[in-house]
Amino acid sequence: MTDTTAVSTANAAPNNQAPVGPWREFWAYFSENKGAVAGLGFFVVLVVVALLADFIAPHDPIEQYREHFLVPPVWVDGGSWDFLLGTDAVGRDILSRLMFGARYSLFIGCIVVSGAAVVGIAIGLFAGYLGGWVDTVAMRVMDILLSYPPLLLALVFVAILGPGLENAIVAIAVIQLPHYVRLTRASVMSERNRDYVTSARVAGAGTLRLVTVTILPNCMAPIIVQAALSFSTAILDAAALGFLGMGAQPPLPEWGTMLAEAREFILRAWWVVTFPGVAILVTVLAINLMGDGLRDALDPKLKRS
Amino acid sequence: MIKLLFRRVGLMIPTFIGATLLSFLFIRMLPGDPVLLMAGERGMTDERYQRLLHEFGFDRPYWQQYLEYLWGVLQGDLGESFRTKVPVLQEFLTLFPATVELSLCAMLLATVIGIPAGVIAAIRRGRALDHGTMGTALVGYSMPIFWWALMLIIVVSGQWGLTPVSGRISLLYFFEPVTGFMLIDSLLSGQEGAFGSAVQHLILPTIVLGTIPLAVVARQTRSAMLEVLGEDYVRTARAKGLSPFRVVGIHALRNALIPVTTTIGLQIGVLFGGAILTETIFAWPGIGKWMIESVSARDYSVVQGGLLLIAVIVMVVNLMVDLMYGLINPKIRY
Repeated sequence: MTDTTAVSTANAAPNNQAPVGPWREFWAYFSENKGAVAGLGFFVVLVVVALLADFIAPHDPIEQYREHFLVPPVWVDGGSWDFLLGTDAVGRDILSRLMFGARYSLFIGCIVVSGAAVVGIAIGLFAGYLGGWVDTVAMRVMDILLSYPPLLLALVFVAILGPGLENAIVAIAVIQLPHYVRLTRASVMSERNRDYVTSARVAGAGTLRLVTVTILPNCMAPIIVQAALSFSTAILDAAALGFLGMGAQPPLPEWGTMLAEAREFILRAWWVVTFPGVAILVTVLAINLMGDGLRDALDPKLKRS
Repeated sequence: MIKLLFRRVGLMIPTFIGATLLSFLFIRMLPGDPVLLMAGERGMTDERYQRLLHEFGFDRPYWQQYLEYLWGVLQGDLGESFRTKVPVLQEFLTLFPATVELSLCAMLLATVIGIPAGVIAAIRRGRALDHGTMGTALVGYSMPIFWWALMLIIVVSGQWGLTPVSGRISLLYFFEPVTGFMLIDSLLSGQEGAFGSAVQHLILPTIVLGTIPLAVVARQTRSAMLEVLGEDYVRTARAKGLSPFRVVGIHALRNALIPVTTTIGLQIGVLFGGAILTETIFAWPGIGKWMIESVSARDYSVVQGGLLLIAVIVMVVNLMVDLMYGLINPKIRY
């Protein structure tokens, strides 16, 4: 530790170039991509809004103002400063519902990604490292899952489990599993015969340790990129399920569910339909921008020299 | 090539068996009594219950039930819908052309716009045009298409009054389906205006379903092009004094299209998923709408059969994509 500091100060003095730590290096590459930084910025704002929704939302998301049905947004004739983005068909404030809805979308993304990633990485690690019948069985099962259109499979799982937010989350996590398994397995197979793995094995490391401590960290870059991309897919799929009436149920202010409720008003009250969709689009776009930035920063093959 | 074909088909067998197993288990995993679920009725007499129990085979051991199910599937027997009492396979075949027509149009849109857009972005790498195209592509890629459909309906149908909002053709026209493809059938019918009406009905669903594949194709084409443009043979072609159009359009594009073709083929799963949403919104009488309606109506024999049929189609298309990849990529010789 002291040595490193000494060396870096020594280097820093003449040409002001300290050896960069992994985080600094990552940020250097990541921040080169302006879109990625913008995406990250929006994402941070969204997280803050979701966390503080109780305090900053102007109204209760499920309170129905009976005298204020379908009030247009404030900048349209007939709009009111009480309801900045207008109200829906039963008089609920759309802005407040969107703010609380951010919670559901982010929550869905987090749970789906962590669930699918943990299980998928575990299966992929062991399938890739052990090979043989474990690998064959695991990969055939993943092939089966991959031969269905993801949304259809999610719909069927929800049909089995019953509609609702929790079940939608489980269904979406299951359909994302194969991507993590395949990705992890492929990286493990390319790593497992490297010298450092052999030397760790010779040194007496058990399978569990080899797989998790030795190999896994070297496979993380593509997995992290996949996690970012599947975060946005999870939000989209959950919204689609909500829209089809199979995800979060009314009156939960989930964005897709809000769209489903608003469908019949499309030609009468455009704002009821427009804003939840804009929220989904911008959120997914921000995460995808971040994902592209992550890929550029983490994948050495694509790094621009 | 023949060897590859056999190996790939061989790999499909376990996947197919797995898919039949999943379809078979689906009915049995549903909460509730399978006999009541399959029959779709409540409050039946005990006698009828026993008869149906026997008819559906739920009184036999699981392995026997499964083998019987598999045997039936191999003969094309997927049970019948309890809503319409029509065999599932027959319903599927009636509705399938509508989905194929829509998907082909969407794929056509994605290819015809996506490939040139990707090529132009690659040539103008780092310039405004590149950023603009790729930014648009990323927006398309992030699009919740069910919302996109509603927006298009509001603007194009609602405000401009340009397109109808549902169905495949105006109710003014009626003719017996010949091919199942409305564009062809309307021409065959010889009725004036029928074809135009079919085209009008197709426009919005095609845009909606084609948006995500379009974005994927454009992004993929750009990155494939960038890779190819850095190759030595492209530099050679330039050095020989060939026109930029020839270098890009012939030398580079042909090689760049190899991965792009695969991408296009692999969009089939995305298309089916998108078809569920698109067909629901535009009341398009295809497989996607049929599946979601069957799920909502608890017509489980349809869900079971449709699930298997769709999986088989995806598998076959993926197989064809793999084989085609071998054919068009001279680097791969089996």
